[in-house]
Amino acid sequence: MIEITDLHKSYVMGTNTLHVLKGIDFTVNEGELVAIMGSSGSGKSTLLNILGMLDEADQGTYTLDGTLIHNLNEKIAARYRNKFLGFVFQSFNLISYKNALENVAMPLYYQGVKRNERNEKAMHYLEKVGLAEWATHLPNELSGGQKQRVAIARALASEPKVLLADEPTGALDSTTSYEVMEIIQSINDEGKTILIVTHEDDIAHMCKRIVNLKDGIIIDDSIISQVRVKATSHV
Amino acid sequence: MFNRDRWSEILEALSSNWFRTVLTAFGVLWGIFILVILLAAGKGLENGVKADFGDIATNTMFMWTQTISKPYKGLPKGRRFTYRLGDVQAIKDNVPELRFISPRNQLGGFGGSNNVVRGLNTGAFNVYGDYPEIIEQQPMDITSGRFINYGDIEEKRKVAIIGEGVKTALYGSNEDVLGTYIKINGVNFIVVGTYKKKSQGGDSEEDQKEIYVPFTSFSQAFNRGDRVGWMAITANDGSSITELKENIFDVVKQRHTIHPDDDRAIGNFDLYEQYSRIEGLFFALKLIAYFVGTLVLLSGVIGISNIMLIVVKERTKEIGIRRALGATPWAIRGQVLLESIVLTIISGMLGISLGALVIYAINKVLDANGPVDMFSNPSVDISVVISALIILIISGLLAGFIPAQNAIKIKPVDALRTE
Ligand SMILES: Nc1ncnc2c1ncn2[C@@H]1O[C@H](COP(=O)(O)OP(=O)(O)OP(=O)(O)O)[C@@H](O)[C@H]1O
Ligand SMILES: [Mg+2]
Repeated sequence: MIEITDLHKSYVMGTNTLHVLKGIDFTVNEGELVAIMGSSGSGKSTLLNILGMLDEADQGTYTLDGTLIHNLNEKIAARYRNKFLGFVFQSFNLISYKNALENVAMPLYYQGVKRNERNEKAMHYLEKVGLAEWATHLPNELSGGQKQRVAIARALASEPKVLLADEPTGALDSTTSYEVMEIIQSINDEGKTILIVTHEDDIAHMCKRIVNLKDGIIIDDSIISQVRVKATSHV
Repeated sequence: MFNRDRWSEILEALSSNWFRTVLTAFGVLWGIFILVILLAAGKGLENGVKADFGDIATNTMFMWTQTISKPYKGLPKGRRFTYRLGDVQAIKDNVPELRFISPRNQLGGFGGSNNVVRGLNTGAFNVYGDYPEIIEQQPMDITSGRFINYGDIEEKRKVAIIGEGVKTALYGSNEDVLGTYIKINGVNFIVVGTYKKKSQGGDSEEDQKEIYVPFTSFSQAFNRGDRVGWMAITANDGSSITELKENIFDVVKQRHTIHPDDDRAIGNFDLYEQYSRIEGLFFALKLIAYFVGTLVLLSGVIGISNIMLIVVKERTKEIGIRRALGATPWAIRGQVLLESIVLTIISGMLGISLGALVIYAINKVLDANGPVDMFSNPSVDISVVISALIILIISGLLAGFIPAQNAIKIKPVDALRTE
């Protein structure tokens, strides 16, 4: 599903050049649930942003679902993001003046899906994360965990091939973190490929594979036995 | 392009800060308001001044004689000459593009002594000997009876058509006018008609104090022989009198042995030239109105552009999110452009409406207080509204262009990182 070879990325700030990714080789197959770990500043977000086509690598190749991602113009990048990728951010990034349903429907709007169909689909995904009753609420009327579940529903709405989550539980307490992870596990059970950046060991162990980054290279990449979140009731 | 989602997005964006939106809109509103008012004021002035021409055939000139200023063929300069009826025929024969050539004679004039008597009443009036065509060249309403006709001309009937002003001066308020006699310089004329001139000019009072009698009877009664005082000459619609008048002068100069280059011998007043000059003036006035209005509008547009820049900046993160969700650059750009166009057009339409309202009010006041000299019926026509609209759409596009470009200049990853 994802294949990158010899990926490099540097940030230039004035006269300083910060070499963040120093040759990453890495393959993710369909249906995997991968945790990316590493200390702060090790380049996890940078890597994820490149995978998400939000940023570009300086060097190396990136193939997503058989398509070589290279020198894309913004229009095509936007289409690929819309078609292939779903994003979940640490700070939720919901649009504050749109209600939960409208937020979930946004990727479908950019796909050109008709209003009725769009709302139907968005509702379906809200149900999936257990927030059907909250459809008409604005983000600031939701708890952190609820916001993140709306964000996950939004990421799923366009039926992407890969879900990219940058510290999705970073702003949540452990109970709500587990709720979010439970949803992620269930989506993964349905076959979705998911990459999660996390600092937390317990979250990482709820995945199926852990990739460890240090100073811009992968120092460890191992399959683990997944810890299932025990079924807790949704809020 | 204009589906419901777009509209709700635009509405959301504009209503998120009402106060700012209204302030911004005011700049454009004001600009277009000024433009509309200036154009309307120009139109009012134009209407007012053109009304002074009344229905006068504007393709007309008046021609009289002056002192000859160049010696020619042994004749000295300083001579005077007089038009003759033969000149009229010669001009008719040589300049076929002319519609009317009316020879005229005149008695009295500004500040003249009393020349008209009826019973105990006397008055000083302009008395013209005219052909029937003059009514086409200087239109007047016949309020009773009739105007001069060719029967009068041929039979040299001593008939007179008097102005409403003459009537007031010589007659009591409920006296019959038609069929009565008036004495002009001692000669009796029978009144067969009264007129009122439409002209709204400042000398409108004077215009109603004239008396028209047949040219032939005038010449006979006042011993003018075949002499002609002056002429009113109107060209056909296709030609302009300004271009034809040299031909006319040439005919006259040849018949009166005047040097071809003598520009002073013949005096003329060319209505067409005056009219064109006034047309030109109003064209210039309109240009100025557009210029000033557009400049004021421009400052409004810059205001919109400025606000859109701020809005885009404020929404950097949101734009980043939208792009992560798959918004193409054109979706973002289009949103910003549309927002600025909608804002511009709505405030512009409000400005036009406000302008129309003010013009309507001014017209009401003008109507109520009677005509004002040199100003009447200020108005903007639909073509002005349409051009204002086009200007607005273009302005909106221009105002949104830089902000729209700014909205997608930043990389999605950087946009997402902003707080
Ligand atoms: N736009 C940027 N310009 C300059 N330097 C940057 C930029 N983005 C990231 N960096 C630097 O690159 C390095 C890697 O950043 P990155 O965000 O990938 O780290 P991370 O592993 O996600 O860290 P964290 O766990 O704290 O989120 C850091 O030292 C950071 O300061
Ligand atoms: Mg990070």
